[in-house]
Amino acid sequence: MFSDISAIDLARFQFAFTISAHIIFPAFSIGLASFLAVLNGLWLWRRDEAYLRLFDYWKTIFAVVFGMGVVSGIVMSYQFGTNWSVFSDKTGPILGPLMGYEVLSAFFLEAGFLGIMLFGRERVGDRLHMAATAIVAIGTLLSAFWILSANSWMQTPQGYSVNEVGQFVPEDWWAIIFNPSFPYRLVHMVLAAYLTTAFVVGAVGAWHLLRSPESRGAAIMFSMAMWMALIVTPIQIVAGDMHGVNTLEHQPAKIAAIEGHFASYPEGRATLILFGLPDNAAGETRYKVEVPLLGSLILTHSLDTPIQGLDAFPADERPKSAMIFWTFRIMVALGFAMLGIGVWSAWARWTGRFYDAPWLHRAAVLMGPSGFLAVLCGWITTEVGRQPFTVYGLLRTGESTAPLQANAIGTSLMAFIVVYFFVFGSGTFYVMRLMGERPKGRIDIDKIGPTRTAGIAPVAANQTLPRRTSEE
Amino acid sequence: MIIDLPFIWAGLIAFAVLAYALLDGFDLGIGILFPFLKNRDERHLAMNTIAPVWDGNQTWLVLGGGGLFAVFPLAYAVVMPALYPLIIAMLLGLIFRGVAFEFVHRTKRMQGFWEFGFWGGSLIAAIAQGMALGALVQGITVEGRAYAGGHWDWLTPFSALTALAVVVGYAMLGATWLILKTEGETQVRARRFAAPLGAGLVALIGIVSLATPFSRPEYLARWFGWPSGAWSAVVPILLALAIWQLWTGLRNPDHLRPFLATVAIFVLSYIGLGVSFYPNLVPPALTIAEAAAPESSLLFLLVGAVVLIPMILAYTVYSYWVFRGKVRPGDGYH
Repeated sequence: MFSDISAIDLARFQFAFTISAHIIFPAFSIGLASFLAVLNGLWLWRRDEAYLRLFDYWKTIFAVVFGMGVVSGIVMSYQFGTNWSVFSDKTGPILGPLMGYEVLSAFFLEAGFLGIMLFGRERVGDRLHMAATAIVAIGTLLSAFWILSANSWMQTPQGYSVNEVGQFVPEDWWAIIFNPSFPYRLVHMVLAAYLTTAFVVGAVGAWHLLRSPESRGAAIMFSMAMWMALIVTPIQIVAGDMHGVNTLEHQPAKIAAIEGHFASYPEGRATLILFGLPDNAAGETRYKVEVPLLGSLILTHSLDTPIQGLDAFPADERPKSAMIFWTFRIMVALGFAMLGIGVWSAWARWTGRFYDAPWLHRAAVLMGPSGFLAVLCGWITTEVGRQPFTVYGLLRTGESTAPLQANAIGTSLMAFIVVYFFVFGSGTFYVMRLMGERPKGRIDIDKIGPTRTAGIAPVAANQTLPRRTSEE
Repeated sequence: MIIDLPFIWAGLIAFAVLAYALLDGFDLGIGILFPFLKNRDERHLAMNTIAPVWDGNQTWLVLGGGGLFAVFPLAYAVVMPALYPLIIAMLLGLIFRGVAFEFVHRTKRMQGFWEFGFWGGSLIAAIAQGMALGALVQGITVEGRAYAGGHWDWLTPFSALTALAVVVGYAMLGATWLILKTEGETQVRARRFAAPLGAGLVALIGIVSLATPFSRPEYLARWFGWPSGAWSAVVPILLALAIWQLWTGLRNPDHLRPFLATVAIFVLSYIGLGVSFYPNLVPPALTIAEAAAPESSLLFLLVGAVVLIPMILAYTVYSYWVFRGKVRPGDGYH
């Protein structure tokens, strides 16, 4: 059935599919966890019920999103072994401990305090509940720290040696963790997660403002989200630029592919190709629309520094340009659209029409999914751009796979596709439906689920110690 | 080096896997028992007894897998392809099981479907884990640094037997957990499940224990040779004690003892497996020492494990303490 497609292509597609599905959820839950901690803090500080209601509103959504993130994440932790066993054997000594630290310092932390954050306010009191909420947020950030360190090491490996059986052996953990691309990637991704969440929250707020302008909850979330858009988007653009400069230094072939530069610019003065159709086979970008000199200015911040094109690299070490040329441009365009919304919202605030600006609100609704799209495009760019290697320059993708038949991988791939579309499609639908509920009071789940009763029973009625009951 | 790092890590990974089997064992057990509960209210009550803790319980599986990748990468690289269909089935089962906790409360029309998914996902995950255990006990063919067996090697009568044992064992953990966490009619029903499940579990442990030593000669020597057989005999003796505790716990109106006795039976069976395996990590030929990552990897992660695992255990206990006591209808765990 899958005999026409090679096992390696199927394994690559399976990884791309499962990790793309997965990253959607953390990109949202990292930002949402911090947002919830802020909302809960505001409630405790100001004792304004509106914040508590917003906390409960987004808490329900967080629970669904987090659950999907957890189950799609477990798949990742086993997929290295099932489909990429040679990679696992060779890189396990380095990547394994990084992921081990992620499990020990982040996953357990999040899972351990999630129950208290979701169900425990009445049981533990405000202070400990606040602590649990903050700990969950810190856990999501620690998780990002370790997994991005692991990914960055694969992009810019250092601090290792290779032993007699071909395994990468850690020599300097500090150099491994803080490898050259890690700080840039971490900042870029965490800001991306925050912006993703901000634009979802902003879209939900705007949606409800359009329908019921008097809704205070909607006004608060829209306002908070637009402050994020205004302040964080410019920082993200600068961080993205610095990440790009860092990539040019360590992975120039990736940059050449992103830019559609098949030919080198030995004298500098590179053009910026705005649009075009990169043709990998022919080795040129067709129908290009270029701006002179701007390519050099953006990449090297100078005019005459030489810039390598794909022709500067051996043919079997070149990433393919066609896809990432476009994914990169979509990401950048979305970034500038986010900036536009942020500036527009500031102007609306300035002129006093912030809550009464239907076109701004409509634009914000439209931009709701922009963060997810930008995150996916960014990851496709960086991951496809480092091909044909899993560990950059050292271990080829083609030499990383498990000794499996195409049929085995193809079958599991089909199963993943069917299950993911069904399960996560349903989950996305439920999340959208929760977002469609107007944020007033505690969300009324009675309308959609029969089991919910009024809140959580008070502690006193609930405490029967196991010891006492076992003596009965 | 005075300290044997690979050995310590084998112990830690074994601990993580055991913690997983016990903690997610009762979660999965409740899923397996789902169709036998009386009605939707009772099913949701059962689900609520684990809603605040299941995610933490499941994280031990990530530590088992991630930890294997970190400290025994060769074992990870050999076992995962060998058990490929089982691992994929387990992951898909866990997806349905995990999302069900939220999804059943998010829809009315599809509620029955996600309850079915909770049951099916739990059952498939338990079967896959049980078969994986059987396949490991029987041994994995390795050549060089890769799995060299067939795609269906894991499917044998023995692995079917261990799958059944794990399903019954998890269901037993689930039933005794319900005895501990519920009251009234539900507790009576759970107690009624526990009696035949307990008898079945003891019988299955007996059959597996008899079949295991005869499946590989080195197991036979370990259990019936001299002097190792004398030491190994401690395990079945303690097991008999635990079974007796279970028996008295189920006959008397005891809330906690049946669960603890089942836990003890799990722990002892697991130690029995360890006795058979040692010093191999992946029988028959991959030893703990051979599969271990370089010392710098083992040491680096061990520092974190020594600090963080006690903290994890402490806040896990705290979380169970916060949610202690009987769960009643309408407690609002969603």
